[in-house]
Amino acid sequence: MASLAGLARNLSKQKIIWPILAIVVLFLFNLIVIPDFFRMEWKDGHLFGNLIDILKNGSPLIIIAIGMTLVIAKEGIDISVGSVLAISGALAVFMLNGYPLWVVVLAGIGAGLLCGLWNGMLVAILGIQPMVATLILLTIGRGIAQLITGGQVLTTSNKAFQFIGKGHLLGLPFPLFLAMGVFLIVYLFKTRTAFGLFLEAAGGNKTASSYAGIRPKVIFMTAYTITGICAGIAGIIISSNIASADANNAGLWIELDAILAVVIGGTSMRGGRFYLGGTIFGALFIQSLTTTIYSLGVEPSSILLVKAVVVIIVCLIQSDLFRQSFKLAKKKVAAS
Amino acid sequence: MSTDYVLHMKGISKSFPGVKALSNVDFGLRKGEIHALMGENGAGKSTLIKTATGVYDWDSGEVRLAGRPIAPKSPLEAQQLGISTVYQEVNLCPNLTVAENIFIGRHPRKRGFIHWDKMYADSERLLERLDLYIDVKQPLSHYSVAIQQMVAIARAVDISNGILILDEPTSSLDANEVKQLFKVMRKLKQEGMGIVFVTHFLDQVYEVTDRITVLRNGTLVGEYVTSALSKTELVSHMIGREWSTEETAGMKAVEQISRDLFLQASTLGKRGSIYPIDLQIGKGEVLGLAGLLGSGRTEIAKLIFGIDKADEGILTIDGEQISSMYPQKAIQKGLGFTPEDRKVAGIVGELTIRENIVLALQARKGLFSFIPLRKQKEIANKYIELLKIKTPSAEQKIENLSGGNQQKVILARWLATQPKLLILDEPTRGIDVGSKMEIRKLILELAASGISILIISAELDEIVQCCNRIIVLRDRIKIGEVSGASMRENVIMEMIAKGAELYGKPGGIGA
Ligand SMILES: Nc1ncnc2c1ncn2[C@@H]1O[C@H](COP(=O)(O)OP(=O)(O)OP(=O)(O)O)[C@@H](O)[C@H]1O
Ligand SMILES: [Mg+2]
Repeated sequence: MASLAGLARNLSKQKIIWPILAIVVLFLFNLIVIPDFFRMEWKDGHLFGNLIDILKNGSPLIIIAIGMTLVIAKEGIDISVGSVLAISGALAVFMLNGYPLWVVVLAGIGAGLLCGLWNGMLVAILGIQPMVATLILLTIGRGIAQLITGGQVLTTSNKAFQFIGKGHLLGLPFPLFLAMGVFLIVYLFKTRTAFGLFLEAAGGNKTASSYAGIRPKVIFMTAYTITGICAGIAGIIISSNIASADANNAGLWIELDAILAVVIGGTSMRGGRFYLGGTIFGALFIQSLTTTIYSLGVEPSSILLVKAVVVIIVCLIQSDLFRQSFKLAKKKVAAS
Repeated sequence: MSTDYVLHMKGISKSFPGVKALSNVDFGLRKGEIHALMGENGAGKSTLIKTATGVYDWDSGEVRLAGRPIAPKSPLEAQQLGISTVYQEVNLCPNLTVAENIFIGRHPRKRGFIHWDKMYADSERLLERLDLYIDVKQPLSHYSVAIQQMVAIARAVDISNGILILDEPTSSLDANEVKQLFKVMRKLKQEGMGIVFVTHFLDQVYEVTDRITVLRNGTLVGEYVTSALSKTELVSHMIGREWSTEETAGMKAVEQISRDLFLQASTLGKRGSIYPIDLQIGKGEVLGLAGLLGSGRTEIAKLIFGIDKADEGILTIDGEQISSMYPQKAIQKGLGFTPEDRKVAGIVGELTIRENIVLALQARKGLFSFIPLRKQKEIANKYIELLKIKTPSAEQKIENLSGGNQQKVILARWLATQPKLLILDEPTRGIDVGSKMEIRKLILELAASGISILIISAELDEIVQCCNRIIVLRDRIKIGEVSGASMRENVIMEMIAKGAELYGKPGGIGA
């Protein structure tokens, strides 16, 4: 019994446990309320079902949230990812007329990279508040996307391009593999180079890190650039999935989901330590929540509200302060 | 007679994961006394204080305030009970003004609005008591750590009502300021206040305290009347074995006649920070910078290490002229720098001891030559052992270490880079008597092995003991240099005082 309690205590210190727990609770809820939720079918050589949808639609979110984790570790934020995604998607679909697929993909990613560099420059070099700095691209980004698409929703029938967002591999949606690939690359970058150490140090104490010979500006630039690239990749996936470039609506509000995924995943908005694994499960939770709300048939207008309530609850449970005061209250009750 | 106690802690125990910080400790503070709390780094002094002030709750035991049991849940609650504390690490808001820091949470008001004029006037009056004349409308970060410390003390003195707790308040003060502080402490004592005083300076303990409580490894060794306990006895109680003064005697930097030059600065200066200065450090030489606070010692270190950019002068390292210095380049050239402000510029609190130790070495190797985890652990453990850092493991968060042990980690960070020149700004601040001697010994050993060292220290005996040569500064100007037989504390103090006549400026530590 004691060891069980000890195990529980150790687990509760592991940040990744909270998003996983949130998913489990959500799925238990679904099991009771929407038993159909877990039904899966094998059709045309691949799997179908809500769970697969979560993985597929969640992939762009996962990719963006991974980037977001890095900038949040820097004690920053990037609210422009949705707009960057729209630019990349628009550029990709636009360029499909006349360029080979690999050029198109590179162009989309390149657009993300440039946007990331721009954000990084504003934040790291010019020292503008991250929220304000990325607000610039948030607002003008969709304008740029509009310029590219000429104000219309561009569509494409390029099958090879559509495979990126809609295709299947080994019976599973292809974007999932992209998300796993991005995770793996960033994870290796974090653990096999000194980037993780430098980012956590610079995000935790910028002055001390620069005294130790780290160049926080370079590290922060890199974090924003990676986030831009991630948004670029997500843009290609989303535009490919809907076979069109929608400058106004592609990736709308995704920055909020991504930030929540990161925070639920255990990375503090105050910077420092970051948890890529936690972010993945955070993103999966957010996506599961979205899918659940849709399956419940909640009116689209109140979806954001339902989401907000659930997220507040998760964040509260996760906050040390809240848990502590809860413990204290328990103690007092026990004492009296 | 237990009713005499204003603060009485009985049988206090407190554990952290992997560490039993306090076990069954008693501590009694009487009305109108100054009571020293002594012990090695990590003995549990700060933890004991933090349990009384509501920062931590204790596992078992009892705390009584004037006979009544209390259990403050937060420092604020403790303050309201009249216990006010200056913690080891300055705990103020650097971007607020001095006055705001003194009155934060209790601004004087007039018709509901903050009464700024009164706040400024009151702040000035409070600081005057400590003989501190500074512009209270400036942000706190504008001033040195020492002044920030004095501001924290001024605030605590003002809040305090019966009990004042000072956790190493003097570690960043110079002799004059310490004198000021003691004057204030004695006056408060006369008024009946009980004062707890933590320090690693034995002289200060004997100068100002009435009683001493000694902790070792989280247990109580005993309570003694200061006048009845000799220094050697005190230290023996602290370290748990016989201590003889011989251990420290005979330590002296090796004299060498000719040295190859390692670093040379000619007319290196920066407007508003330090007047142009000439300075040379030979290989294996220990050079000291002496002077009062604000005399420009740290500023020189920052220029050499490239944290501040010089706007004139030439810096030459190992025969190579350096055009523009920045920390990364400095490290590449074999320099290391332990800053005086440990919390702001030293530790990365959230990271582990291991990560904090390898940080500078990794920064020098660059992003892609990642030091494998196994190697990192090896390095960390080596220095934990060498410097006797007290911790359950290298994977402990550094912010969970005691103050003195954090300082050792920062020292380890630079030793790990195997530097050619180590700049040490207050290297033994907050370090206990025993370790202090060991670190000084280490400095001399490093020098003997050919490493150059530049030391800044408010403790003149430390500088005199370790250095081959000392540059004396005053008001951001080099006023002289001593070496050999003239390297004595009184000579240096005289120079500093004379400097005052030379430059015709009144004493006082503003700016
Ligand atoms: N928050 C914490 N978490 C874990 N361990 C802690 C924490 N705070 C203190 N400790 C441990 O408790 C012990 C006592 O620490 P404490 O800070 O009280 O020492 P101290 O006597 O004040 O030392 P110093 O002279 O270096 O300031 C140390 O071993 C320290 O590592
Ligand atoms: Mg302490």
